[in-house]
Amino acid sequence: MSHLIIAPVLLPLLTAILLLLGTGRPLRVQRSISFVSIIAQLGVAIALLASAAEGSITVYALGNWAPPFGIVLVLDRLSALMVFVTVVLAFFSLWYAVRGNDKPADSLHSVLHFLLMGVNGAFLTGDLFNLFVFFEVLLISSYTLLLHGGGAARIKSGLHYVLLNLVGSSLFLIAAALLYGLTGTLNMADMAEKVAQTTADEAPLMNAAALLLLVVFGLKAAMVPLYFWLPRAYASASAPVAAMFCIMTKIGIYSIIRMYTMVFGDTAGVVANLAEPWLWPLSLITLGFGVAGALAARELRLQIAYLVVVSVGTMLAGIALNTEQALSATMYYLVHSTWVCGALFLLADLIVRQRGAASDRIIIGPALRQPVKLGALFFIAAAAVIGMPPLSGFVGKVMLMQAATTDERTFWLWFMLLAAGFVTITALSRSGSTIFWRTENRVAKAEKADRGALLAVITMLALSLALSFGGNAVVQYTDALAQQLKNPSIYTEAVLSHKAIPGVHHE
Amino acid sequence: MEILVAVVIAVLTSCGVYLLLRGRTFPIILGLTLLTYAVNLFIFVSGRLNPGKSTIIGVGEGYTDPLPQALVLTAIVISFAMTAFVMVLALRARAELGNDHVDGRTKVEDVKS
Repeated sequence: MSHLIIAPVLLPLLTAILLLLGTGRPLRVQRSISFVSIIAQLGVAIALLASAAEGSITVYALGNWAPPFGIVLVLDRLSALMVFVTVVLAFFSLWYAVRGNDKPADSLHSVLHFLLMGVNGAFLTGDLFNLFVFFEVLLISSYTLLLHGGGAARIKSGLHYVLLNLVGSSLFLIAAALLYGLTGTLNMADMAEKVAQTTADEAPLMNAAALLLLVVFGLKAAMVPLYFWLPRAYASASAPVAAMFCIMTKIGIYSIIRMYTMVFGDTAGVVANLAEPWLWPLSLITLGFGVAGALAARELRLQIAYLVVVSVGTMLAGIALNTEQALSATMYYLVHSTWVCGALFLLADLIVRQRGAASDRIIIGPALRQPVKLGALFFIAAAAVIGMPPLSGFVGKVMLMQAATTDERTFWLWFMLLAAGFVTITALSRSGSTIFWRTENRVAKAEKADRGALLAVITMLALSLALSFGGNAVVQYTDALAQQLKNPSIYTEAVLSHKAIPGVHHE
Repeated sequence: MEILVAVVIAVLTSCGVYLLLRGRTFPIILGLTLLTYAVNLFIFVSGRLNPGKSTIIGVGEGYTDPLPQALVLTAIVISFAMTAFVMVLALRARAELGNDHVDGRTKVEDVKS
């Protein structure tokens, strides 16, 4: 059990290397290796989730260097949930990919596992510089994944994405170096304790470092004004990749939650809650820009990409409220939006394939081969993403609105959330009615949707229903998670009291 | 010494940012390179400047912080890899789009519309 915590990093790494060595082998072999590995990872993620649900925090010191000196992996409720969400999403993307979407080039599986390694590592690490390294691992995988399949549109949007993220990485390094210079540590738990002792004359520099980090994480999370790279990039990626990318913005959200509740949270002395006055207005503006983009989008996939921006705005608002209840709602919403957006991207691909030349443009095109099946699925997915009962989006939004009933910010949150829901309904009913109803009198010459791929989408949407009907268990978990987050001393004590295993010497 | 390092970092950063704001991929990559140099130097001095001190305890008097040196090594490796990647991508974009503008546009009229 004690070594299980590193499995989400090592398993994908080994799988990816194995797949790289097997390049040129039949696709069937590669697919089975990739699929077996993802099922094993699913098992590991469930075991970790079960272990974290008990409330204990597991600390794993790599190379037996005890904190604050070495690099540690830390498993608390937050990181366990994030790893679980990632692996489930990856499972469905792979499921969809093996049904024929991985054909253009045979490196897709390998790179997807490298991406998983980076993402899982970023969630588990308890060290700021290590977080940067895992960011780079996942970013370079995402660059290759985004360009997977080639084509001018992908190159164009890919170039923006890569250049912006490289600038983001530079800013991350500046912020990390500043924080190291100020606190003398990179271990997040240790840093939390050092930051709490900041003196008034160090505060301006500390503010600068913390807000620079917010810019970096905001760029990853696609917060206004740093979201412009996202819609085009997501809309041009191939379907399983776009679905997998739904976790990418959540990495930014995760990092914001981690840094601004633990290191710069309530307990940070003179720099306590310094990001809050920025996060609050920016989250609502993100929400507004997201829905405006969704309303204006002329292509289905672009519209879904803007819905990702909407979900980012919603989650940031939850973080900015900075109460236990709001954090719990944010985490619930995060799980919901990751899976539902993933399902939407996969579904959009199935729809696009049956529309011939009209592709994903929201115009009058030929009728679909399976209008009822795909239409019903689109309806359910749209209802989930808008937040209609009985699906999970509804539960998430209601929880968030209940969390904001105490201060003057209530009005703005309720207004923005409800207005966003209304505009999203308008936007999605426009695209849905155009694609499924306002069709020419001919049916597109397209194959029927692959049964396996269809089943992947149906199962993902069923997860949304499960999240809603099994909501009690999920909310119990997220409540406990929020409680753990609001008491960062539990985390810092667990990490800093960790001792090296005696009898194991370093050479 | 401090002034000199600060000025070097400032000049590198400002040149880097200026080049980053250009419209064509080649100056941007050059700007990124300059920016990463500035960042690497910045990490290096985050452990304070200790001229003449060694990083190994027991060799000579006093020692300087070895951690930033480990960090900067990692950062250099990563930035090299990333620059190489973006270089190849820029070449590919040049071949695919027919020009090296970041938005894939050639003429002034295209940019306006």
